[in-house]
Amino acid sequence: MSLTHLSIKDAAAALAARKISAVELTQAHNNAIAALNPRLNAYITTTPEPALAQAQAADARIAQGNAGPLTGIPLAIKDLFCTAGVRTTAASKMLDPFIPPYESTVTAQLLAAGAVFLGKANLDEFAMGSSNMSSAYGPVENPWKRAGSDAKLVPGGSSGGSAAALAARLCLGATGTDTGGSIRQPAAFTGTTGIKPTYGRCSRYGVVAFASSLDQAGPMARSVEDCAILLGAMAGFDAKDSTSAQRPVPDFQASLARGVRGLRIGIPAEYSVAGMSDEISRLWQKGIGWLREQGAEIIDVSLPHTHYGLPAYYIVASAEASSNLARYDGVRFGARVGGEDLIDMYERTRAAGFGAEVKRRIMIGTYVLSAGYYDAYYLRAQKVRNLILRDFTQVFDKVDALLTPSAPTAAFGFGEQMNDPITMYLNDVFTVPASLAGVPAMSVPAGLNAQGLPLGLQIIAKHFDEEMVFTVAAALERAAAFSHLPTVRAA
Amino acid sequence: MGYVLEGKSGNWEVVCGLEIHAQVISESKLFSGARAAYGGAPNSQVSFVDAGFPGMLPVINRECVAQAVRTGLGLAAQINLFSRFDRKNYFYADLPNGYQISQFAHPIVGTGTVEIELQDGTLKNIGITRLHLEQDAGKSMHEQHPGKSVIDLNRAGVALMEIVSEPDIRSPEEAGAYLRKIRQILRYLGTCDGNMEEGSMRADVNVSVRKPGEDFRTRCEIKNVNSVRFVMHAVEAEALRQIALWEAGEEVRQETRLYDQARGETRSMRSKEDAHDYRYFPDPDLLPLVLAEDDIAQWKSKLPELPDAKRRRFCAEYGISFYDAGVLTAEQAMADFYETVARGRDARLAASWVTGDFFAAMNRSGATLENPPVSAAHLGGLLDLISDATINGRIAKDVFEEMLESGKAADAIVATKGLRQVTDTSAIDAAVASVLALNADKVTEYKSGKDKLFGFFVGQVMKALAGKGNPALVNEAVKRLLG
Amino acid sequence: MSLEPATVRRIAKLARIRVEDDEIAPLQTQLNAMLDYVAQLGGVDITGVEPLSGGAQMAMRLREDTMCDGAIAEQILANAPDRAGEFFAVPKVIE
Repeated sequence: MSLTHLSIKDAAAALAARKISAVELTQAHNNAIAALNPRLNAYITTTPEPALAQAQAADARIAQGNAGPLTGIPLAIKDLFCTAGVRTTAASKMLDPFIPPYESTVTAQLLAAGAVFLGKANLDEFAMGSSNMSSAYGPVENPWKRAGSDAKLVPGGSSGGSAAALAARLCLGATGTDTGGSIRQPAAFTGTTGIKPTYGRCSRYGVVAFASSLDQAGPMARSVEDCAILLGAMAGFDAKDSTSAQRPVPDFQASLARGVRGLRIGIPAEYSVAGMSDEISRLWQKGIGWLREQGAEIIDVSLPHTHYGLPAYYIVASAEASSNLARYDGVRFGARVGGEDLIDMYERTRAAGFGAEVKRRIMIGTYVLSAGYYDAYYLRAQKVRNLILRDFTQVFDKVDALLTPSAPTAAFGFGEQMNDPITMYLNDVFTVPASLAGVPAMSVPAGLNAQGLPLGLQIIAKHFDEEMVFTVAAALERAAAFSHLPTVRAA
Repeated sequence: MGYVLEGKSGNWEVVCGLEIHAQVISESKLFSGARAAYGGAPNSQVSFVDAGFPGMLPVINRECVAQAVRTGLGLAAQINLFSRFDRKNYFYADLPNGYQISQFAHPIVGTGTVEIELQDGTLKNIGITRLHLEQDAGKSMHEQHPGKSVIDLNRAGVALMEIVSEPDIRSPEEAGAYLRKIRQILRYLGTCDGNMEEGSMRADVNVSVRKPGEDFRTRCEIKNVNSVRFVMHAVEAEALRQIALWEAGEEVRQETRLYDQARGETRSMRSKEDAHDYRYFPDPDLLPLVLAEDDIAQWKSKLPELPDAKRRRFCAEYGISFYDAGVLTAEQAMADFYETVARGRDARLAASWVTGDFFAAMNRSGATLENPPVSAAHLGGLLDLISDATINGRIAKDVFEEMLESGKAADAIVATKGLRQVTDTSAIDAAVASVLALNADKVTEYKSGKDKLFGFFVGQVMKALAGKGNPALVNEAVKRLLG
Repeated sequence: MSLEPATVRRIAKLARIRVEDDEIAPLQTQLNAMLDYVAQLGGVDITGVEPLSGGAQMAMRLREDTMCDGAIAEQILANAPDRAGEFFAVPKVIE
């Protein structure tokens, strides 16, 4: 099998057995990136030379017999994670010149586990979007095509570069971040797998903030097991993040083989939204069938406030973003546009540095926090958020996990859904509630639609029960046996 | 009737409240591990957290929380077991994040009271509304560079306590007394060094005026006043400005002003004009601050005796005046010095020596209590010699001067210089006899009724005894031998 | 609630984003669409519900007071668009 098509698990085994070298593996990926990235635009920055140096170090480590779980494994790092000495842009012109002098905790842990970083993956600007169209470095092309069409499709967002790189075999695994669905929706759009862990499971230190109370880093890969391996290295308590959970990291891989026999799987009625395609409905039913066949008990449940997730999310996330992005003022780092005075400098810098979607969210966030509107918007949204959390808490008294579709549609074309921001926001309708509640959720590819595009199913479990998510996801994965390949991919 | 300002339309009353910003004494900053102390080369005490770099996160410093609680306890205030940090959003060059982390809705300390003393001895309570923790900003300097303002972030992120008073202050004097009192309490507690010159304590002064009996009128806030004297000047200057406006038929506009110490007046602050919508919301990078009763009890058990309690104890325990006790408890170090001198001795004598000769010597030499001109042990030794009648009070002054000069102990000076008091009655009698014999004419005058000459004879005898005569014995001998 | 052009300008000013005159109308439309969309929250019964402000349901950890950071002025200043010696530099401010 081609080196770029290996799973992380198999690559690690081959490396450990000295069947392949980390340098070979990295070089194969560097070559694939050189060939395909100019077209797909999955990476904003590639770092082939440092990657080879890391690979050499990995080979040495393997030779010494002290390899870590990811030693020599080439990864794509979403360009929202600060990487010491490597430009970190958040896909914004604002940070075009920014070279962090520090490493995010998650990437530091991956490096410590021996991983090789191939480059910085493209994303929606400041992770605000569901299509990757808002990147200041241009959109990412989804490696998947509709049958009989060469039209460019989006890979979803915001972790669209990570998802596209995975699907096109331009990395073995990737980091993503998920604020309202930014790991799960692109995973669904590209036939890949991604988990948003429980809020607090992975440190946010060194991850460019979008909405602090929602942002959570997580792994993306081509199998549930690879996600479990990656999350094992990414997760853990970090004293540098006040919201980091002081809990041991379980052996996620051990949960994969447990099986769903006797588990109670909830099917929330509210996720059957109007306008959801028949294909998605059918896939959902198929997923329910697979779990039932493997011995799970299927229970109809209700999460009554689901419908209010999206509007609550857009208020909360925009409010936090308006404040988090105030630091981009052209004073200490990043781009500056000169002005007559300090205020003029701020206004010109921020007008030039931020794209349209980021500006809209900053402005709406500013508005919902401003005097006279706080109670009607922000405070109300926080209360609704509590109701959504309560929905989940109550339902997890009755079931072990929930099964839902990951996204209401398959990948759409460049320029589609661009007419107004609200249509775009609806992409996150199934992913946002888990984000608001802070519970772990994962998307696994479960089939193709009639046009040959991948579709995903989402598994949600209670706080800090990623093991349950993995158990159910692995069961789905076995049943779905998704082995389709995208049109555009490395050999 | 208290302090009033006379206007053309009659008397005006001043209404004033203070927001005191006090830098917390701690090793590191409120939310970062960078050094909190004053000074240092520009931007040398700054972490990426303080500078608001992408992905940086705040982690709260336990000691800063403890200092706020200690201060709250010192202000007899309610300690809130639940408090929370909010973001106060505004743009300024020395505010790296574009927001200040502060406590808006749920401060760590609630209402309390502080007692102030006025010149005439009147005591008055000033209400404390709240105390909250927040971050200090960096420092913008506008004069260092011809075309630019330059920024040093060393101070950015240092913990501040904002202590907000009720609008209970009615005069510049009360404002000054209140600020001094808060400063004293904080210094006693060791929660703030109170150094107003270095900016570790500064006040925003809210001032309005009204006719006696009226409700509050519009107030103005004078930002960042950095001395007790300037606070007092600012209150008066602002009150007079507002009175002039009202009396000219104009309105006072609610605004932020600066005190121009060179001109002795306040002026509108341009840069703050449109920054009124701070969009406070709970900081999502932080969690609620929940304190355990045990923590508070532990901090409380280690609190030092505070100035009011100490002052009252000094009165009761040492029998000194309320005034002297106030002077002696102004600073913790002063009170400690006094107690070392007074303990086991004549405490009133100790008070008069400490507030008299010792203070005078301090002032002359510019010394501090960390390095006093005479140690408490040495001063105590001198008092011992007075009390056991080894030397008299007159000689004690000379010995004290010698102690200042030489740094030697009093008994050593007395021994080497032979300054022991003369208590030998035959020697005293001989000296008296000799003085009377030399001044026969004055003895005659005395006997014809010029009683005032008694002092002259005593003085001459003391002189003959080189000042060392026991005053009581000399008096007695002069009286006896004059017949 | 519907935003007026003046409100759009005020928000932009608060957010320190320069908005040209010809951008006001489209922004107004987009922001109003977002506000119309989130207005559905008005239909939720939130009586007696506490606001949920954070993602984590726990109390805050307190860090020990040790000096362990700073003394990295050159790194702090390295990304600055403008500096004057050891200071960050910005257009002159008049207080």
